[in-house]
Amino acid sequence: MRQATIRAAALAAALAATPTFAVTEIQWWHSMTGALDTRVNEIANGFNASQSEYKVVPVYKGGYAESMSAAVAAARAKQAPHILQVFEVGTATMMAAKGVVKPVYEVMQQAGEPFDPSGYMPAVASYYTDTKGRMLSMPFNSSTTVFYYNKDAFAKAGLDPSKPPRTWKEVGDAAAKIKATGATPCAFTTAWQSWVQLESMSAWHNVQFATQENGFGGMEARLTYNNPMLVKHVAMLGAWAKDGRFSYAGRTTEPEAKFYSGECAMLTSSSAAYANIKRNAKFDFSISYLPYHEDVKGAPQNTIIGGASLWVFEGKTPEEYKGVAKFFTYLSKPEVQAEWHQSTGYVPITKAAYELTKSQGYYEKNPGTDIAIEQLLLKNPTKMSKGLRLGNYVQIRTINDEELEAVWSGKKTAKQALDAAVERGNAELRKFERANKGT
Amino acid sequence: MPGKDAAKARPQAGEKRVRFPPGWLPYALVAPQLAITLVFFIWPASQALWQSLLIQDAFGIHVQFAGLTNFRELFADPLYRESFKVTAVFSLLMTSSALVISLLLAACCDYIVRGARAYETLLIWPYAVAPAIAAVLWSFVFNPSIGLLTYAMHRWFGYEWNHLLNPGQAMALIVIASAWKQISYNFLFFLAGMQAIPKSLLEGAAIDGAGPIRRFATIIFPLLSPTTFFLLVVNIVQAFFETFGVVDASTKGGPVRATEILVYKVYHDGFEAGDLGGSAAQSVVLMAIVMALTVVQFRYIERRVQYA
Repeated sequence: MRQATIRAAALAAALAATPTFAVTEIQWWHSMTGALDTRVNEIANGFNASQSEYKVVPVYKGGYAESMSAAVAAARAKQAPHILQVFEVGTATMMAAKGVVKPVYEVMQQAGEPFDPSGYMPAVASYYTDTKGRMLSMPFNSSTTVFYYNKDAFAKAGLDPSKPPRTWKEVGDAAAKIKATGATPCAFTTAWQSWVQLESMSAWHNVQFATQENGFGGMEARLTYNNPMLVKHVAMLGAWAKDGRFSYAGRTTEPEAKFYSGECAMLTSSSAAYANIKRNAKFDFSISYLPYHEDVKGAPQNTIIGGASLWVFEGKTPEEYKGVAKFFTYLSKPEVQAEWHQSTGYVPITKAAYELTKSQGYYEKNPGTDIAIEQLLLKNPTKMSKGLRLGNYVQIRTINDEELEAVWSGKKTAKQALDAAVERGNAELRKFERANKGT
Repeated sequence: MPGKDAAKARPQAGEKRVRFPPGWLPYALVAPQLAITLVFFIWPASQALWQSLLIQDAFGIHVQFAGLTNFRELFADPLYRESFKVTAVFSLLMTSSALVISLLLAACCDYIVRGARAYETLLIWPYAVAPAIAAVLWSFVFNPSIGLLTYAMHRWFGYEWNHLLNPGQAMALIVIASAWKQISYNFLFFLAGMQAIPKSLLEGAAIDGAGPIRRFATIIFPLLSPTTFFLLVVNIVQAFFETFGVVDASTKGGPVRATEILVYKVYHDGFEAGDLGGSAAQSVVLMAIVMALTVVQFRYIERRVQYA
């Protein structure tokens, strides 16, 4: 009896001792909730099971802004995690944090991990790449702006459900018809108005959003989205808000609920809204290309991404960086990426994962799920369409929201609102530039 | 502040006071309180003051001393000045509605005999709800497309509610959500204050023929003035500091900054946008306003307070 106890104790001690003595722990702070949180844990578990030297520990640290604040505080106290998931608008802040952030290409190089940036989706990777073509953070969850429509409502309004509107003019005509027939109480709405209607719309029409290659070229960038093309676009939406073809429903994801509840017949939003819409919509719906203006030369170009990427912090041991590099390699594997892409609606970050998903016949079974990738791959990204890299962009998005709301409520014209947004946004850019130029 | 009441309550001349010999004991007794004040108030406040003079990036890699630049920029911004107006309107509406409604409820609860306990318990409940949750609850009720009250207003009164685009309605929403919670707290104090009023006074007045409203106006309300004053101060502080959760969870300051109160901007700029210098400067401004308001209240309003 006594001997058995001793043996059990020895066994327990041995078991407890094993992980602390050989395994290197990698802290990964993320902001994924619900089903996405489960997927994140599965990826980490998959990696941990694939080898025995490193252990990735995913920790949910609140929403994007919260986890970034937490990491900032942690970095100031020299307690930063190894990997942090940062939303796309935080990219410029992370990039400017030299000495705090370790670029991914450097992590891979120093760890001697084989790493080929050209295997990644150009439209995704370019958002996180510097002007010299070096990848600074690892793309993780990227989505883009797409168009959803309610096929049942289209049929009810006498529109052809197999022919989604391709241009904004066609969206307007369809909206008028939906309104006239009363097929749904709301014809069209948009989620993430700043991202969809200003940022992605600029790239889609190959129109400059800010100087210095939309900020990629340097912190001196100035905003230019009060250009005629966007003024016309916002004025059109403003007119629709007035005559009831466009219903404003909120700044972030609230409008998605209006679509899947059947209230609005058309929606522009993130491709990552797919899972949620599919689960909740009690009608037949489909995904289509983001509408464009046919009178703009070169349109459609490509849309830009949203979502988040993984950043690595400085100040860790070479052994830990080796673990991070190995984890990134695992994360980029076609099987892992294809699984992530199919279960979440985010786009695959590598071309191989896209090909794998295609060969598995996933897109035939789930029509419309490849629209996002096709939009991103439509043409090679240009200086105007590869994304944005602007400082204090959290504030600038809020400014855009405010100014657009002033248009939807009829308080300002599109020109007045966009001029004001650009002026206020430029002030934020100058503040960012000044804060990052100090010693 | 209740301590102050007690101190003022019995300063009768000629009364013999017990004096402890000077020593370490009194200091030891106040030490915990002092330590808490130092750690949780003086230290953070001085940090805010220091940071408001700096310009730095989110990670603190580039830090430069900027003097009053942050403040100059704040006051040069017409939109910041506008948010003072919004804050004034919000604080006034929230404080007055929370005080008036809770006083009314407390008076009713004090007046009724049967079931008073049940009402008291129910009225205290909302205080246990966190501000952000309260805001989410009210946002549901007033949701422009699926809200219960929105539907009722549209159905029976033909009134269209859409706080996403209507500034007045957005303000009403955050006032309701924050006052609702505050009412419970105020109610508790008012009721306790009323129950401390000697019954003999009220009975005497009743025998003399004063009705409930007269008794309230001439006896209860004047005798409640210390409680009312205390609640006024606390409510204003509450309106200025504790309401960012409500705004963040419901309107995010919109539409078009109609509900962008000062404390929400502090939270947004500092914690979401990573502009520490600007946010610290704003919090210093906010601190100064609330200090000034509290001084004004103690100097001018407290004179009218009758401590029994």
